[in-house]
Amino acid sequence: MRGDFWGGLFEKFGVLIIGLAAFAAVVGLVLFLADRAPKRGRDVVQLLALLSPALILLAVGLVYPTIRTLYLSFTDRRGDWIGLDNYVWVFTQPSSLNVLFNTVLWVILAPTFATLVGLAYAVFIDKAAGERILKSLVFMPMAISMVGAGVIWRFVYEYRAEGFEQIGILNQIVVWFGGEPQQWLINSPWNNVFLIIVMIWIQTGFAMVLLSAAIKGVPIERIEAARLDGANAWQQFTNVTIPEIRPTLVVVVTTITIATLKVFDIVRSMTGGNFNTSVIANEMYTQAFNRGEFGQGAVLAVLLFILVLPIVLYNVRVLRKQREVR
Amino acid sequence: MSSVAPVDLPIDDENKKNTDAFQEAIAGTTKVRRVKQRLTSRWATVAAIVIAVVWTIPTFGLFVSSFRPAVDIRTSGWWTFFTNPTFTLENYEEVLFASGASSANLSSYFMNSLVIAIPGALFPIALGCMAAYALAWIPFRGAGWLFVFIFALQIVPLQMALIPLLQIFSQVLGISGTFPAVWIAHTIFGLPLVIFLLHNFISAIPGDILEAAKVDGANHTQIFFRIILPLSVPAIASIAIFQFLWVWNDLLVALVFSGGTVDVAPLTQRLAEMVGNFGRNQHLLPASAFISIIVPLIVFFSLQRYFVRGLLAGATKG
Repeated sequence: MRGDFWGGLFEKFGVLIIGLAAFAAVVGLVLFLADRAPKRGRDVVQLLALLSPALILLAVGLVYPTIRTLYLSFTDRRGDWIGLDNYVWVFTQPSSLNVLFNTVLWVILAPTFATLVGLAYAVFIDKAAGERILKSLVFMPMAISMVGAGVIWRFVYEYRAEGFEQIGILNQIVVWFGGEPQQWLINSPWNNVFLIIVMIWIQTGFAMVLLSAAIKGVPIERIEAARLDGANAWQQFTNVTIPEIRPTLVVVVTTITIATLKVFDIVRSMTGGNFNTSVIANEMYTQAFNRGEFGQGAVLAVLLFILVLPIVLYNVRVLRKQREVR
Repeated sequence: MSSVAPVDLPIDDENKKNTDAFQEAIAGTTKVRRVKQRLTSRWATVAAIVIAVVWTIPTFGLFVSSFRPAVDIRTSGWWTFFTNPTFTLENYEEVLFASGASSANLSSYFMNSLVIAIPGALFPIALGCMAAYALAWIPFRGAGWLFVFIFALQIVPLQMALIPLLQIFSQVLGISGTFPAVWIAHTIFGLPLVIFLLHNFISAIPGDILEAAKVDGANHTQIFFRIILPLSVPAIASIAIFQFLWVWNDLLVALVFSGGTVDVAPLTQRLAEMVGNFGRNQHLLPASAFISIIVPLIVFFSLQRYFVRGLLAGATKG
């Protein structure tokens, strides 16, 4: 077996090398030929050589599929045209209504709490001793995969019946305080909240780093001026700091909102969407790839697209305004 | 795909300010010496420490668990380690090297993750560099519109492309469930953001340098290799780290395109599978999770500056 094992690794290493070499050879050859192109029309040839690989991939892999998904959303599992039936299905079936409700819950709770905790933390540790380490600790979950985060929190939420020794820290704390251990991931609808906590745990670091940078960018003179006018720390914060960092706050909230709308890994790895915890992105995968209901999966993808769109457009406008101001 | 990058990669002056602020933010220092005046009280410090502890404990608990014997993991909490310490490396040995049909086999999946993530980061960056240079410096009709269109593609969620792309891979190309399928998928999904960020950087390179090269008789491919690429190294490094980690941590693309076998699927997919059967794999999961997050953690702690820059640039990808 050991031999197989090393053989397998060796083979995969070979695939990696061949893949990289093949890619380099193709791209290199295209650019080499473009370099040697006859002087007349060389600019056009070189333009095409540089631009077309990316454009072809985007056209085939992103533009065409997007249009096709739009079309698929009007078809059933055999590919026959069924008009708006799938859209009706999304907005009438109790199970898919539950998915929509859960998604709304995620979008309300995750960005709000991640931003609030991130902001509070950024303020609390501003200019504190050991600021760098304190930041790293909260920022670290951003580096971990959401599946890894799912495993970490599965252990936090682990349940043993009352009377047995608890192995999950949350239930142990409940027991220490004399409470009854709970099945956090099974009891609906609260299990959604416990999944959302994982997202908040991940995104708080992101909010904190951006907001901390914004807070440090607030001109010290304005805070000084407010202080001389007799404002206390809280008033300085709400009247000076908050307006100054407002653009960053908007970017943080919208960015986390978009990430939350697309959340998949956490739900997939922690509950698989069972116990009424499914969200749009997870349900899309389940319908399309587990059940073969491509039409229903496509509708959910389109829905996701429509939900993300206005937030992104708003984000673009804020960013553009910010630039003009600068 | 990604929506709008909240922060551009730092290049031109107006963005420069931004970056400095971020580096300061992560380093916890400011260039302008400030009066040491804390807005906050002792209670704020206490609250901060509470948050830091709450945020760290889940990961720390799992880390401790990963070194406890299987029986202990199943029967008692990780905190009992401090009153009754038991230590073993068996879990790591088992998940990495044990053979047999039902074993975790993580060394194979680890290798798969590497084989997926290295090209998954390099391919889009190579093609993105070329496209960004062409869009920024080769004048042609419609260049502006084309760039805006690619920028707009970032708002298309990954989910919109999955079903048709899988059909193309399996029915037209016949490569579904192979490494090239996963590479191509990651390349496509990475391109809009990579082109956008690199375009920001490359278009800010002073035109005089390119003009001088042209006067010396250099053509576009020569300018690309001799001037653009060397000057873009800092931006490429940040974007490469971000893209590598994104691919390493990805689950959705892997689930759809890798076929889910030990031959191709990455660590995340195996880990998700093992969590699915929590009761049976409970004693193996802490060690497994750590094997899958060790690479991101190393990148995080050793390349924190690049990491933060890249991460902020692409925070909403996916």
